[in-house]
Amino acid sequence: MSDKGFEPRIVAFLCNWCSYTGADLAGTSRLKYPANVRTIRVMCSGRIDPLFIISALQKGADGVLIGGCHIGDCHYQKGNYSARRRAAITETMLESLGIDPRRFRLEWVSASEGPKYAEVITDFTRQIKELGPNPLKKGAAK
Amino acid sequence: MSNCRIGVYVCHCGSNIAGKVRVDEVARYAKDYAPDEVVISREYKYMCSDPGQDLIKKDIKEFNLNRIVVASCSPLMHEKTFRNATADGGINPFFFQMANIREHVSWVTEDENAATEKAKALLIAAIHRVMHHEALEKRTVHINPQVLIVGGGIAGITAALQIADAGNKVFLVEKSPSIGGHMAQLDKTFPTLDCSACILTPKMTSVGQHPNITLMTYSEVQEVNGYVGNFKVKVLRKAKSVDHEKCTGCGVCTQKCPMKAPNEFELNMAPRKAIYTPFPQAVPNKPVIDKTICTYYKNGRCKACEKFCGPGAILFDEQDRIEEIEVGSIILATGYDLKTAESLPEYGFGRYPNVFTAFEFERLVNSSGPTGGKIVTREGKEPKSIGILHCIGSRDKKYCEYCSRVCCMYALKFSHLIKEKYHDCEVYQFYIDMRCFGKGYEEFYNRLLKEGVNFVRGKVAEITDAALEPSEEGKLIMRAEDTMIGTVRRIPVDMAILCLAMVAKPEAKELSHIFSCSVGKDGWFTEKHPKLAPVSTASDGIFIAGACQGPKDIPDTVAQAGAAAAEVLNLIQRGEVEAEVVTADIEEDLCSGCRTCVELCPYTAITYNAEKKKSEINGALCKGCGTCVGACPSGAAYQRNFRDEQIYAEIKGILAV
Repeated sequence: MSDKGFEPRIVAFLCNWCSYTGADLAGTSRLKYPANVRTIRVMCSGRIDPLFIISALQKGADGVLIGGCHIGDCHYQKGNYSARRRAAITETMLESLGIDPRRFRLEWVSASEGPKYAEVITDFTRQIKELGPNPLKKGAAK
Repeated sequence: MSNCRIGVYVCHCGSNIAGKVRVDEVARYAKDYAPDEVVISREYKYMCSDPGQDLIKKDIKEFNLNRIVVASCSPLMHEKTFRNATADGGINPFFFQMANIREHVSWVTEDENAATEKAKALLIAAIHRVMHHEALEKRTVHINPQVLIVGGGIAGITAALQIADAGNKVFLVEKSPSIGGHMAQLDKTFPTLDCSACILTPKMTSVGQHPNITLMTYSEVQEVNGYVGNFKVKVLRKAKSVDHEKCTGCGVCTQKCPMKAPNEFELNMAPRKAIYTPFPQAVPNKPVIDKTICTYYKNGRCKACEKFCGPGAILFDEQDRIEEIEVGSIILATGYDLKTAESLPEYGFGRYPNVFTAFEFERLVNSSGPTGGKIVTREGKEPKSIGILHCIGSRDKKYCEYCSRVCCMYALKFSHLIKEKYHDCEVYQFYIDMRCFGKGYEEFYNRLLKEGVNFVRGKVAEITDAALEPSEEGKLIMRAEDTMIGTVRRIPVDMAILCLAMVAKPEAKELSHIFSCSVGKDGWFTEKHPKLAPVSTASDGIFIAGACQGPKDIPDTVAQAGAAAAEVLNLIQRGEVEAEVVTADIEEDLCSGCRTCVELCPYTAITYNAEKKKSEINGALCKGCGTCVGACPSGAAYQRNFRDEQIYAEIKGILAV
C-alpha cells in the first residue's frame, strides 16, 4: 500500500573511487535527482557487510543501494566481485526475513558516470515509492 | 559517549550550499539533536578559507573540543584540508568527519525543504560516526629512487632522460626490439618540417648510452606488486636469441639470413629478414631473431647467421625469462595505434591497392622508406592526383566520437611534401573543419592555402572505383558532399590517403589491470583529474604520459612526459610519503583461523600463521579496501576509520532524520 505523499528514505553505500566520485560528478554537473537517497562512503563495495543492509532496513530505511566500480574496474582489483556475491546472498536473506528483495539494489557506477548515478537514483526511488513504506519500519527504534 | 565534545561547522560555500540548504536551520538542528555532545554548532560562509579553518582551530582551544564535523563539499575535495586544520588545532586529525552537503545535496536537489532535510540527515550521520572515531597515526613509507618507464616512444624517452639526468636509475621497458615508437616512423614533423628522425635519433642514442638507464627492449611488464615507493615488477625478457653483449651490430647475419617476412616498421611494404634490426637507426642497433619465421626454429636447419657471426653472438638456445626489478615510481607511456583501415570498409583499404594509411604514406615519403622517398602508387607509377581524407574514424559516432587532434596538421604536411616533390600533382584535402590550434599551426595552414592545394569542406563518405564517365576510368573516386557549394562531388584521384583515428592500444585494458589504474570508455588511461592532475592516476606513484592518455601531438606528448618526470622527481626528492592509514587488521583473540580473508585479499597482504592458527595482515601491503572485513565471519578483521561500529553509527544517524 503506497501512500500518496510517501517520501522513502534510501541508504546508499558507495565505494570511494567509482560510485561516490560518480555521485560527486552528478553534483558538479548539477544533475537533479530525488533527495530520498542518503549516502554512506566506504572505500570499496567489498567492505559492505550484508548486515549493514539488514541494519539499515531494521532502522527504518525503505531501500538500500550499493554502488561499486564496474566489474573488472575495481580500484582494489576484485572487491566488487565480493560485493556481487554478497548481494546474491543478501537477496536470499531478505526474502527469508519477509522483506521484498526489490528494496535492495546493486549498481555499478563509474567515476565518469554522473548521469548514470542520477538515473539509478531516480529509478530506484520510483521503485521504492511503488513498493511503499518498509513494513519493518513500525517496529524500528528511533 | 558523554566525553565527546563535538564542534559542528556548516559551510555556506557562498551560495553553492546556502542557496538551497537553510544552513542556519541545519546548524541549529545539530545542536538541538545532541545538546550534550555538540558543544558548538556554527555556520560560516567559506569553511575552507583561512578564517574558516582558524575558526575550527580557535574553537578546539576555547571549547576544549575533541571531535570536529564539517558539513560542506565532498570529502574527496577538502577532507585533507579539514583534517589538517583539526590537527593544527591540537587533536588527532582522525577525530574528524565530513558531511557532503554540496555535491550530494545542494547541487542535485530542486526543493529547498528536501535539501535541508537531507543535509540534516547527512550531518547527524557524521555526528554519530565521529563519536566512534579513534586516533590514528600517520605512517610514512620510504621511496625507492629507481623508476620504471613502460614504453620507449618519445614520451618514455623524454621522461627517462630527464629522470636519469637528475641522477636516478631508470628501467625503460619497450615491447619491440628498438625504442623510438611511432615518431621514428614519421618523415617530417609539423609545422616546422623538422626531420623526425633527425630530432629523435640523438635522444634515442642518449638513452642507449646513458649510465643511469637500463634499457629493456623486447620486454613486457607482466606483474606489478607493492605500493607507492616500493613496487616489485616482473618483466618478461623475450629471448632475442642474440647475445647483445658480444654482438657488434655489424649486420652480416641479416645479410646472410635467407628468410624474409613483412617488415612491420615499413607497414609491411618492404621485407625484413628473420634476424633483423627493425630500422637503421634502431637503439639498440643489434638484431633479434624472429622465431616464428626462422628456419632453424622450424626444422632445425640453416644456422647461416651463426656461421657468419664473427663474435659468436648467436644464442639459439636462449629462453624467455622473467627479471624482477624494484622501483619506487612508474610512468606508463605506452602510446597509441591508428585505427585499422580494414575496419572502415567504405574506404576500400585492401580492396583498392592505392588507398594508403597515413603511416604508409609517412614511410612512402621517407627517404629511408621502401621506395627511397619516391611517392608512387602500388604499381610504381607517379600519381597525378591525390586525395587526403581527414577524420577517418574520428569525430564519427559510429567509430570514435573524439577528434584525434593531429590529423589536420599532418594532412597539411602531406600536401606540402607532395607539392614539394610533384608541383603539378593535384592534391585534395577533404575535411570537416580545419583544427589548427597549436603554436604556428594556423600559420602553416595559411601557408598551405597558397601552395595550390584544393580544400574541399566535406567528409568523404565512400571511395569507389565504379566509374560513371570516361574521366573516372581506372581512378579512385572520392564521393563527398562539398558543404561550401552544397553539392555532392565525385573527385577521381590516383591515390587516397586515410587519416585514421588515433585509438588506444588493444592491450591498454590489460595494462590497466596490471598497474591498477583505469581506462575510460575509449580505452585511454584515465588521469586523476582532467585539469589539475593530468599525469597522475588513481594509483599513487603511477603516472601516465603521452598518447596513452588520449590523442596528442609530439609537443604535447613531450610536455606531458616532462610533467610526469617532475612528479616522479618530486617523490624521489621527498624520499618518503604518507602511507594509507585506513588499513585493515585482525584481532588475534577473535580470529578463528578460517582463512576466508586470505583468499579474498587482492594484495596477498594476509597470510595464515599455522603456528598460531590465526590469519595476519601485513600493514605495508594492505591498501585498505576492507573486503576481508566485510567477509570476516567472526568480526575479527577491522578496518581503521571504517570500523563496523563507525558504519553502524553512521547508518543510525542517517536514518534519525
